[in-house]
Amino acid sequence: MASRLLQPDDRGIACPLGRFWIDPWKPVPLAVVTHGHSDHARPGMGRYIAAEPGVPVLRKRLGAGAEITGVPYGEVVRLADVEVSFHPAGHCLGSAQVRVESGGEVAVAAGDYKRAADPTCAPFEVVRCDTFVTEATFALPIYRWYPAAVIAGEILDWWDANRESGRVSVLSAYALGKAQRLLAELARALDRRREERRRVFTHGALEPMIGCYRDAGVDMLDTWRIHETSRARGRSNPFAGQLVLATPSAVGSPWMKRFGPAKSVETAFASGWMRVRGVRRRRGYDRGFVISDHADWPGLVRTCIETGASHVLCTHGNSGTLARYLRERGVGASPIETAYETEEAE
Amino acid sequence: MRAFAALFERLDRTTSTDGKVAALKAYFESADPADAAWGLHFLAGGKLKRLLPSRRVREWLRSRIDIEPWLFEEAYASVGDLAETVTLLIDAVIGTNEPPASVGLRDWVEGRLLTLRGLDSAEQDARLTEWTGGLPREQLFLILKMVTGAMRIGVSRTTVERAIAEMAGVEQSVIAHRLMGDREPTAGFFERLISTDDADVDAGRPYPFFLASPIVPPELPAGFDGTETDFVARELGDAADWLAEWKWDGIRAQLIKRAGGVFLWSRGDDNLTERLPELTEAAARLPDGSVLDGEVICWHGNGPEEDHPGGPMEFGVLQRRIGRTQIGPKILSAAPVAFLAYDALESDGADLRLSPLEERRNALASILTHAPARLHASPIIPFESWAQLAAERETSRARGVEGVMLKRRGSPYRSGRRRGDWWKWKIEPLTIDAVLVYAQPGHGRRAGVMTDYTFAVWDGSEPGEGRLVTVTKAYTGLTDEEFAEMDRWIRRHTKERFGPVRQVEPAHVFEIAFDSARLSGRHKSGVALRFPRMKRWRRDLGIDGADTLEAVLAIAGGES
Repeated sequence: MASRLLQPDDRGIACPLGRFWIDPWKPVPLAVVTHGHSDHARPGMGRYIAAEPGVPVLRKRLGAGAEITGVPYGEVVRLADVEVSFHPAGHCLGSAQVRVESGGEVAVAAGDYKRAADPTCAPFEVVRCDTFVTEATFALPIYRWYPAAVIAGEILDWWDANRESGRVSVLSAYALGKAQRLLAELARALDRRREERRRVFTHGALEPMIGCYRDAGVDMLDTWRIHETSRARGRSNPFAGQLVLATPSAVGSPWMKRFGPAKSVETAFASGWMRVRGVRRRRGYDRGFVISDHADWPGLVRTCIETGASHVLCTHGNSGTLARYLRERGVGASPIETAYETEEAE
Repeated sequence: MRAFAALFERLDRTTSTDGKVAALKAYFESADPADAAWGLHFLAGGKLKRLLPSRRVREWLRSRIDIEPWLFEEAYASVGDLAETVTLLIDAVIGTNEPPASVGLRDWVEGRLLTLRGLDSAEQDARLTEWTGGLPREQLFLILKMVTGAMRIGVSRTTVERAIAEMAGVEQSVIAHRLMGDREPTAGFFERLISTDDADVDAGRPYPFFLASPIVPPELPAGFDGTETDFVARELGDAADWLAEWKWDGIRAQLIKRAGGVFLWSRGDDNLTERLPELTEAAARLPDGSVLDGEVICWHGNGPEEDHPGGPMEFGVLQRRIGRTQIGPKILSAAPVAFLAYDALESDGADLRLSPLEERRNALASILTHAPARLHASPIIPFESWAQLAAERETSRARGVEGVMLKRRGSPYRSGRRRGDWWKWKIEPLTIDAVLVYAQPGHGRRAGVMTDYTFAVWDGSEPGEGRLVTVTKAYTGLTDEEFAEMDRWIRRHTKERFGPVRQVEPAHVFEIAFDSARLSGRHKSGVALRFPRMKRWRRDLGIDGADTLEAVLAIAGGES
């Protein structure tokens, strides 16, 4: 079962020897946080410790009052009876795996992670350990990602086709991580095509995080925040031919009316869930672009094996599937219950 | 095949009818007629008779990639589509690779897929592997859909007709008519279809069917204060303007007698001529140049007129009868069929569809004057007020009919589902309150969402007593939002998993509507419901408020 170091309980992934919880969902005195997504970094904890590059993101999410300490990647800090260090998880800016060591035993909680290259954050680092806590969001062999460069090319082709017919391209993406990765990948795709970089319109909810990324020096397309009053009026549509980046909750809301009648708008969603046709049809998007900040099936399996862990704890998503697959390959593995979002959130 | 796959993607991506018509036109304009004919075959809902059973598709997959059966089944449960699951698992070609030279749709179907039939398993696997090596994902998906006989394209018949009509410069009604009956997927057929020359007439070709719409919505509009009958009266006005008939529970069909031959076509484009020899023989004695619209139904005894004994048999009897290709004396006597005619579309070779309903009914009567037994006019229900018709409708269940049909006096015979002149007023379904006990993910656009439910009732003598025993499944009736809410709840309250099936805590009660119930030895509960669907989420009821098995059995016993 669970290791001596990490023991999932009803508040989070507890480390009794270190007197802290990793990504807790109920109030605890000391939270060690892997990254800024709202199901991992929740308000109301006494104190937070996180990887240094992720601190600005956490500050935006948790508010100015939260007490947050940043630790550079790789630096070891002592918390009660254990040594803790943060290692890049490649999920989004500042995302980290938490390594815990005591008495020669090592446990790693990876949080959310991916193995594919991402220009907006440090690449995943394999950390050898005895116990590995992995996510299992896309733990089915149908989930395999193409290189982001290929997907960025598809998005550009889609945008170009809509530009030609004078339609608005509304691309839906999560506010932290995916939106910035798209802006960075699109910049590179345009550079590769030797085309001039273009500006992208954004929904207001995306701008704070885009600001964090710019401050961190991430190279992305320039953006224009959409002004409250700007909207299509009759034949004059300021958005015709433009790309608009929006949050999933904005697409399908009255906010969309500003882009003119439905027939002048094409919508798309950039998410790993778009791999399955039925999901895209249910969500009602015209197009789906399969790009994810989570590891795909080969990435998950490879990572669990590369850590050398003798026991793997699988959380959210298809945790039972991944655990069984690993067990059949001689790796001790079991699913654990957590409160992290599973099916629809990414 | 590349062009057809591109068309499929375009149709799949756009939700606007104009966009679909434009995509179809572009395809039909540029495709080779032999490919276009096969494309049309699939677009019009045609399938290839299943070439490989799903078990063989799974075997073929395992010959290509290393995957344990349990893992495949988990993936399949999540995707909800066999061809798509296999495609995603193979996913041989990634975006940047150069795909192999495209093979035309006709060559794929005739030169390859149809030749699979009759080969042994090893040979089938080898061929399929050879043909699909390096095939782009979109094409592989369609090929597997064809192989499994599950091809379905999200485009309506009317949209296809409109696109072909616009492309050919021929009236849509002419295209619709030419698409009825036998459609051969050949270049010759496609060229005749789009020809502007209207001289050729195919003797066996039926007319497009006119379909009725439900008059009463599942929920009466908010703010409407009255009964269903009041609603019908408000919508349809003066009862004197309407003609009523029983809504028979059979298979809608057209019976054609032309040029000395008889043809019987179901609304689903199935040629029933050979399967129902009693009807074919009887119809041979009808006057030449007659086309009747009606219902094929299994019937014991004589015709439907009040002074004759006899009556309709359960729909299942007809279903089993239609499934048989060998028709022996035993099945002829166990499941005798009749044709109840609603309408005459052609008389003496003249198209009557634009004539008023009453004239067509007169023509029907004269065509059937000397008709042999088994061919009957569906009787008109006399009524003077909506209340009177409502009372007649109450007798539907006892008569074994689904309710009443209402047709506007003086109306023409239109084509397709047009609201206004023909309405169906079905009887209110039977209902029970049952507890959700198992759930599993749905298919198609409900892939990955828990939408397929199993329900249970109490086996004690009072609600809340004894154990919960499963009684039916249901998949439809909730809104997307309700399904999403249930999905979240189910995932958090799963007691045990059996592959994709989750046993949940018994907590939620649903009102299940169904058309009829019969005792069945094949179901554990001893009862089988027809067309079960969720009518309402009974948030007001605890599980102790659900029905008992005894109550359900009583409904079934009373029914049979």
